Amino acid sequence: MLGQICVRFWTLLGLAILSWGVGGATAAPLEAYATAIATADQQRQALEQMRELTDPSFKALLIALKEGALYTWQGQLLILSDSGAFQDLAGQPILDASSQPFLPDDAVQVPLEEANTPLVQRVLDVISLTDADPKVRRAAALKFGNLHDPAGVGLIEKALMHEGDPSVRSVMDEALNKLMLFDPDPQMRRRTVEHIAAIRAESALALLKSLVEQEQDVAVNQAMQQAITSIEGYLRLRNLIGYVFNGLSLASVLLMMSLGLAITFGLMGVINMAHGEMLMLGSYTAYLVQESFAAYAPGYLDYFFFVALPLSLLVVGAVGLCLEQGLLRFLYGRPLESLLVTWGIGLTLQQGVRLYLGDQTSVNPPTWFRGGWEALPGLVLPYSRLFIVMLSLLSVIGVYGLLYRSTAGLKIRAVMQNRDIACCMGIAARRIDAFTFAMGAALAGLAGCALSLIGTVDPEVGKTYIVDSFMVVVLGGVGKILGTVLASLGLGMSNKLLEPAISGTAAAVYAKVGILLLVIVFLQLRPTGLFPPRERATEAMTR
Amino acid sequence: MTVGRAGKRTWLAEAILVILLIVILPLLNGIGFLSDYYLNLCGKYLALAILALGMDLIWGYTGILSLGQAVFFGLGAYAMGMHLMLGSSGRGVYGEPIPDFMVWNRVLELPLFWKPFQYFPLAALSALLLPALVAIIIGLLTFRRRVSGTYFAILTQAMAYAAWLLFNRNELNLGGTNGLTDFKRLLGFSLRDPGTLRGLYIVTAVGLVGSFILCRWLVGSMMGLVLTAIRDQERRLQFLGYPVAHYKIFIFAVAGMLSGLAGALYVTQVGIITPSQIGVLPSLEIVVWVATGGRGTLVGAILGAIGINAARSVLTARYPEWWPIILGGLFVSVVMLFPDGLAGLPRQLQRWGRRLRWRRLTPAPVPPSAVSPSLTSQQ
Repeated sequence: MLGQICVRFWTLLGLAILSWGVGGATAAPLEAYATAIATADQQRQALEQMRELTDPSFKALLIALKEGALYTWQGQLLILSDSGAFQDLAGQPILDASSQPFLPDDAVQVPLEEANTPLVQRVLDVISLTDADPKVRRAAALKFGNLHDPAGVGLIEKALMHEGDPSVRSVMDEALNKLMLFDPDPQMRRRTVEHIAAIRAESALALLKSLVEQEQDVAVNQAMQQAITSIEGYLRLRNLIGYVFNGLSLASVLLMMSLGLAITFGLMGVINMAHGEMLMLGSYTAYLVQESFAAYAPGYLDYFFFVALPLSLLVVGAVGLCLEQGLLRFLYGRPLESLLVTWGIGLTLQQGVRLYLGDQTSVNPPTWFRGGWEALPGLVLPYSRLFIVMLSLLSVIGVYGLLYRSTAGLKIRAVMQNRDIACCMGIAARRIDAFTFAMGAALAGLAGCALSLIGTVDPEVGKTYIVDSFMVVVLGGVGKILGTVLASLGLGMSNKLLEPAISGTAAAVYAKVGILLLVIVFLQLRPTGLFPPRERATEAMTR
Repeated sequence: MTVGRAGKRTWLAEAILVILLIVILPLLNGIGFLSDYYLNLCGKYLALAILALGMDLIWGYTGILSLGQAVFFGLGAYAMGMHLMLGSSGRGVYGEPIPDFMVWNRVLELPLFWKPFQYFPLAALSALLLPALVAIIIGLLTFRRRVSGTYFAILTQAMAYAAWLLFNRNELNLGGTNGLTDFKRLLGFSLRDPGTLRGLYIVTAVGLVGSFILCRWLVGSMMGLVLTAIRDQERRLQFLGYPVAHYKIFIFAVAGMLSGLAGALYVTQVGIITPSQIGVLPSLEIVVWVATGGRGTLVGAILGAIGINAARSVLTARYPEWWPIILGGLFVSVVMLFPDGLAGLPRQLQRWGRRLRWRRLTPAPVPPSAVSPSLTSQQ
């Protein structure tokens, strides 16, 4: 209770001092220091005196000094802003009588002596510790943690008192503890090491490793070794979680692609080789929507994605419908021919897009999509990838609902099980085919749109995923949602988990090759995939 | 096969064609009518025609669509390319006894698997047997488990993709992305010498004729009958007790061997083999050649390979960015409109003519059996 009151008192007092410093009397010291800095023989002394200063109003002055944008004109100090106009120290533009920017010819640049440059930087760093922007504070704290400067301890402690942002607090705490590792008192060092181990400060690992060799004190040395093992173990775990998440996001893309592929394969026995190009068209739709927003409604650029997502679904679905109605309809019952035709279409689409829309463009994710969720200290899961995982989850639920909870789905399943009997019951099987094919394409388009958030958009983007999603279909079996989900999870995960297991630059390549071999071996055991369809076994494979 | 009057005429035409290919073209080149460049180009096309023959055997006759034939081609080409590489080592930029690219990659000693390729007979043999061996392994793994149709097509495509990824790696010591090139000598003959190139052309032409005769003998035998039956009614054949998988593995291996031969002949004449020639796209191009020429006819496969490659040489020089679109369009139009390809075109035109006449005589609709093409792998 007493402690709480004390803390509150000190906080209040701190705030009072701060507001006093900012409010009333800033003008005087700022002016005074500025004048001193501008005087050659007082520059160093003035900077030395500013060492402990935390007042943000000095920032503009110091940056100007550092970058050579500080001028004197008739005893007055001016800052040359980026726009080429002069400002006073408070940042107000200086205007002449006709309220035009005032540009004197005889302003003299204030020189910064070479030896004083680190001092300026240092003062700036101290000010940054209490900057309004948490990113700046964080960067400054990181910097202090890496400088072996004993004075840093006091500065960070002071900054910590006012710090409200928990993520910046933890960075400051790490930095503080790193500095305290140099404390002459072994007791203090040991406690610091234990604290570092407790908070699993990744940034202190390298420092600990270098210090453990010089450490004379046995207890501290032991503590350091324990801390190193515990931090390394934590890092391994964290990396593993990162790989699993990457695998999950790859699996999500694969899943969205393969769902449609697997259903059309189950329904018509057709493998759509242009499916990768459907993905690509989805990406390009997103790109085109972004471009038109940038051209016609730049103010709403951040919202383009809300338009792009449904539009890519519709556009690519329409392309799929045209493909089915225009070509595949005539190749019914000839799966290999359909395979070749769709491949030809894919090639044409690829090159057509390259000719008319350009190679290697990219979509800028909306501003609120940048950054990510820090699941663990140092492990950031990008929002865009989280979004893809969510989207594919929704797709699976949607497809499940469509297939198993709707009349259309009943018909689709009926045609899948026995086309002839379904036709006899009055189901328009050809219309079901067209609808399902369009839906599969639309899902790939959706995947492409989502994928444009995390990668570049280029005509060959489909190539990256198509072979894998074929493997998903082979593994997952025909037209089974659960099989497709498990197969894409398995493929995505094993891709991303094998990569770190096989070290070296070629990891991705060997992982791919290894997975292909696994698929072939798997087919030895279960030639019809994870969930074999319930029909005559000889029919299943020779479609 | 009955040799009637028509048969005799075909024999004569074929003999003339063979003499033209093997004797007359090199002779024309010898006396200066045909430039070395074009003779070399012809040699390249003939090598690719052998590849198409292999594809036709498995796809046209047996109904196995392999989307990885370029891998077998690549294996043959790399086997021969390695021999050529060693034949020219010591004459490279660095004068080392190992190929130049190994010097760049700091591989100082010849890797063990390169050593057998110092000897021409071993290299030539492995150019034929290596693809066949790989084909047998793949066949054992798939055909015996009754993996066929679309499944097989996808698996072979994945294999082509994996092979392309692998051959691009430097660690494999096969030249990485740059592949094998800068060959200088073969069996002591300089590869820059027009005489050597003429000789290589003749060897290729003889190889093509030999492969053609082999293929015709194969498809004309009992074996060929079984293969066609596999294409048309695989399941019935299984129930009749034929070891379908063995037939498939055998023909897949033969096709692999032909592809290897094509690769070995190709690389000596063209002088370069890179991973870009063994991936998914080149594999599918082979399918286009056969489809365009007319699958299920050996002459069609040869025609398709030569025709499309000649068109490719002309068109990629003039409109490089349009070639993929033309290729894709060709794919679609051949499958949709001319399922019998070039070789089936006369018969198809005849059929269309008959249909027109039929329509003029009777206003009744055409019976569907007259429309549906005869050669489709309906299963």
